[in-house]
Amino acid sequence: MKMQPVINVKNLSHYYGKGDLKKQVLFGVSLEIYSGEIVLMTGPSGSGKTTLLTLVGALRSGQEGSLKVLGKEMCGAREDDMVDVRRHIGYIFQAHNLLKSLTAIQNVQMALELHDYSKQERREKAAQMLTAVGLANRMDYYPENLSGGQKQRVAIARALVSSPKIVLADEPTAALDSKSGQEVVEIMRKLAKDFGCTILLVTHDDRILHVADRIVHMEDGRLSADKTHQKVPVSTVPQSRPIIS
Amino acid sequence: MFDKIPLAWLQLTREKIRLVVAVAGITFADTLMFMQLGFQDALFDSSTRMHQNLNGDLVLISPKSEALIAMQTFSWRRLYQTLAVPGVESVNPLYMGLIGWKNPETKRDRQILVVGFDPKQSVFTMPEVEASIPKIKLPDVVIFDRSARPEFGPVAPQIEAGKTVTTEVGGRRVYVKGLFSLGASFAADGNIITSDLNFLRIFNRRKKGEIDAGIIYLKPGADREKVLADIKALLPDDVKVLTREGFIEFEKTYWRESTAIGFIFGLGVAMGFIVGIVIVYQIIYTDVADHLSEYATLKAMGYKNAYFYLVVFQEAFLLAILGYLPGVPIVMVLYNLTKNATMLPVAMTASRALTVLILTIVMCFISGSIAVRKLQEADPADIF
Repeated sequence: MKMQPVINVKNLSHYYGKGDLKKQVLFGVSLEIYSGEIVLMTGPSGSGKTTLLTLVGALRSGQEGSLKVLGKEMCGAREDDMVDVRRHIGYIFQAHNLLKSLTAIQNVQMALELHDYSKQERREKAAQMLTAVGLANRMDYYPENLSGGQKQRVAIARALVSSPKIVLADEPTAALDSKSGQEVVEIMRKLAKDFGCTILLVTHDDRILHVADRIVHMEDGRLSADKTHQKVPVSTVPQSRPIIS
Repeated sequence: MFDKIPLAWLQLTREKIRLVVAVAGITFADTLMFMQLGFQDALFDSSTRMHQNLNGDLVLISPKSEALIAMQTFSWRRLYQTLAVPGVESVNPLYMGLIGWKNPETKRDRQILVVGFDPKQSVFTMPEVEASIPKIKLPDVVIFDRSARPEFGPVAPQIEAGKTVTTEVGGRRVYVKGLFSLGASFAADGNIITSDLNFLRIFNRRKKGEIDAGIIYLKPGADREKVLADIKALLPDDVKVLTREGFIEFEKTYWRESTAIGFIFGLGVAMGFIVGIVIVYQIIYTDVADHLSEYATLKAMGYKNAYFYLVVFQEAFLLAILGYLPGVPIVMVLYNLTKNATMLPVAMTASRALTVLILTIVMCFISGSIAVRKLQEADPADIF
């Protein structure tokens, strides 16, 4: 059985700046991620991790090479196509980026308003998801009245509530203490398995590496398998091998 | 669309203090516009109050006349000539002039508008003038405008108490024996009415045959337009014949076009408008700047630019309405204060309320469309 990768990156290069100031940040990166995989990306600051994440998330248009997300080519894609792909991706940021003027449940509902649900369904789904992340009694709280871990859990609920096919996370535990960090990744792992979505997670945090099916390492804009974590249980998904550029 | 989360409303109301400041700013701008428009309308109203209370059908004036305070005289022969036109029943000459009135208490002089006419009939619709006709037939007797500014002295209370007030007008001793109500205008702070002969006694350099205006009365059932055309055909170009409405319009045109006043009030309105734009722009710009990372997050989730434009314009519209509503009662109080202090007929009208409402909405939308440019800085690629 041959599976189509959900994310298929081939020989992707990316540059910032123009003319003399042009600087290459990604050098022919290739990566395939299949449905249901949890892939962690590590690497030092400035290695290009976030750039790759924003490209995969259709937040930036690709320049050179090929980048297929959910079967759609994102290199040279139009804004409308990019917006379309974004609606199938859930994002979890280092800063939770919740809307301050909205309550927890309203924040989660914002993710559902882009999809065809009735008002009733939106409210129910948002409440279910907040219950799933353990915030059933905090639904009508404003973000300023929630702790860091609680805010991050609201952000996770928001990212997952519309059942996205892909979840992209950038250091979701960086601002959290060890215990909340563990809780947060555990929730992510469990929900990802329940909903069958693919997770690409950028992290510096050694404490959460165990959730990964596979770990890749970015250094100087090049991607490699992370040798130090080969012991990590390899996923059940076929062909889940790192592709070395 | 209405079952969605009202983000614009929630964002505006979340920052209570900022909202209050914004609403106060818009209310201020609205008040400014209301006051300027109110003053302007009051000017036009007050300057034509005399005209509105004339009871004739047609008015004859000199073509060189510009306004009530800048009348040129013409020969009354022209007025009596119109009696030859079929449909004209009678005529009455009108004399007008500004001259010093001595305050009976403080003895200070102040300019007052004196109107004189042939007392065989009243040229004014006010019943009090009608009733005072026998009085002003007497030499040196005048009737006084009780709505005149207080600087003319406490005349009205004494007359009402049954006394006669004696003072000097243009250096001539006169006796005030009656009252009427007309009100101050930008042109004259007060008015007195008397007979043509008394007028000429006060203005002793004026000649009887040289009048400021002529009032023409038509026979019942006469065709006003036809008589107007006939008089125009009969008389040479040294006089101008107008309907009563034309006479009112003539006065308004002068104030609107030949003085700086219309421009000044127009400028006042424009200033209120611009102050409003600046305030609303500041508020919306700050609001967008504060929520930039949130908007970028929403963009990353797949919200399109149109959504954010909608949020900004909804905020602009909400601010316009919220700022306008308290403005109306505040302005009504201010109008009342102005009316009592100036005797000018300032009052809220439905058309002005609507004008300012529309101006406010336009003002907020202009601010909104300047502030939306800030939205372009919400780049979803920057938030990771």
